[in-house]
Amino acid sequence: MKVKDIVDALNLKVLAGGDGLDREVKGVYTCDLLSWVMSHGKQNNAWITVQIHPNIIAVATLLEFSCVIIPENIEVEEATLNKANDEKIPVLQSNLNAYEICIELNKLGV
Amino acid sequence: MEELLSVKYDVVSGDFIRGGEASSNLKKLLNQLGVRSDIVKRICVACYEAEMNIVIHSVGGYIEAKIYNDKIEITAYDYGPGIPNIELAMQEGYSTASDVAREMGFGGGMGLPNIKRSSDEFYIKSEVGKFTEIKIIIYFN
Repeated sequence: MKVKDIVDALNLKVLAGGDGLDREVKGVYTCDLLSWVMSHGKQNNAWITVQIHPNIIAVATLLEFSCVIIPENIEVEEATLNKANDEKIPVLQSNLNAYEICIELNKLGV
Repeated sequence: MEELLSVKYDVVSGDFIRGGEASSNLKKLLNQLGVRSDIVKRICVACYEAEMNIVIHSVGGYIEAKIYNDKIEITAYDYGPGIPNIELAMQEGYSTASDVAREMGFGGGMGLPNIKRSSDEFYIKSEVGKFTEIKIIIYFN
């Protein structure tokens, strides 16, 4: 499954990183403590987090996450979006909360 | 063992926007050199945590990486304020990070343990008011 498939199925808003929509998604990870994410996140995971500062893109890049999903329509800092565009990491916004996003992704078979 | 190349990145205190760039640059370099991906990941975890420690806790410093045929040696050095009790700082869950840093998802007290866990060899020394130096060695095989 690709990031763009998730975007379509969950009706997500692509805030940045549109160049990375063809990235492969394998598994989902949700956590807001960055050190925890660094030690447990896996390559190609879709990462759900309420963190919105630019450092999340550093984490996503280092771990080679497929995308970052921001729940509950939280607004994301512009510097984060600029960095996401540079690194081609899609930053996607959802009106659902993290739990609901997980359920929907599970239904998709991610 | 012959040193293949060496890189050094300045790390600025409180710069959460650029924090992580040294680790990202190092990762690109290691990928170009064909280092195994699981090893690169361990190096990234250790380097990122060390880099963010400098951003969050110190007045500034640098990350220096020396790459050899069989290993990488990373030195994370900052110019203070130093760690009064290293044993305490190494305990998982212990953190002196500010509220602001915690709200950003840092300060879980996992940084130093994560570095140690990701490294084959790990050394730390510090002098209050002067410096903290972390040395990380990770072998490629």
